[in-house]
Amino acid sequence: MAVGRTNSGESERPQSRREGGPSGPKKQFFRRRKVCKFCEEKIDIIDYKDSRLVGGFISERGKILPRRLTGTCSTHQRSLSLAIKRARNIALLPFATGG
Amino acid sequence: MRNYEIVFIVRPDVTEEDVDKLIAQMEGVVAGAGGKLEKVEKIGRRRLAYRVQKQREGLYVLFRLQGSGDTVKEFERRLKVIDTVIKYMTVRIDEDLERIEKFKALRAKQESKRRRSKPAAAPAPQPAAEAPQG
Repeated sequence: MAVGRTNSGESERPQSRREGGPSGPKKQFFRRRKVCKFCEEKIDIIDYKDSRLVGGFISERGKILPRRLTGTCSTHQRSLSLAIKRARNIALLPFATGG
Repeated sequence: MRNYEIVFIVRPDVTEEDVDKLIAQMEGVVAGAGGKLEKVEKIGRRRLAYRVQKQREGLYVLFRLQGSGDTVKEFERRLKVIDTVIKYMTVRIDEDLERIEKFKALRAKQESKRRRSKPAAAPAPQPAAEAPQG
């Protein structure tokens, strides 16, 4: 029973998705990398001292970039945010950059 | 006993000699407070992301040691007293080290499994796969 239900749900979904439909040729999404960088390169422990690596995941103003922009997996985003916070504490990364 | 990693920043106007002297002094502190030193590294001169005690640059020094909370307490107390040290931070790393070991073991297991499952299929790529790990 349940299986049947999910199947019908899946078959409905493509219809609702806009495929060059009327609502949006404008919304061309930027295709992000599918895989998390840390998973791909097999970095188990994100080192806060590696400011070049960790610094790539902050915005111009020094904010931590969200997962939806970077494609980082949930596990690594958590350890990444810890690493960024540590790096901030020891003056390797800024807390906030004045705009 | 736990593993700790202590990073501290020395003022940039301190000479190389004085930094070495300071490091030697701190090594003595570790030994005196019942700790075991694992690694000392001068990371070097780095730009600070924000001003610390009116300095824009700093000399980073890394200590990795094994010890109890009291060792770290004493170490930090000494750093506070020394006025050429402008900032310091201690991080506990034993959990990280354990995780590294775990992942290593896991990967070795997978590697051996892969080898066993297809011994004839891939004789050539095997050495290539081994090289980066060693």
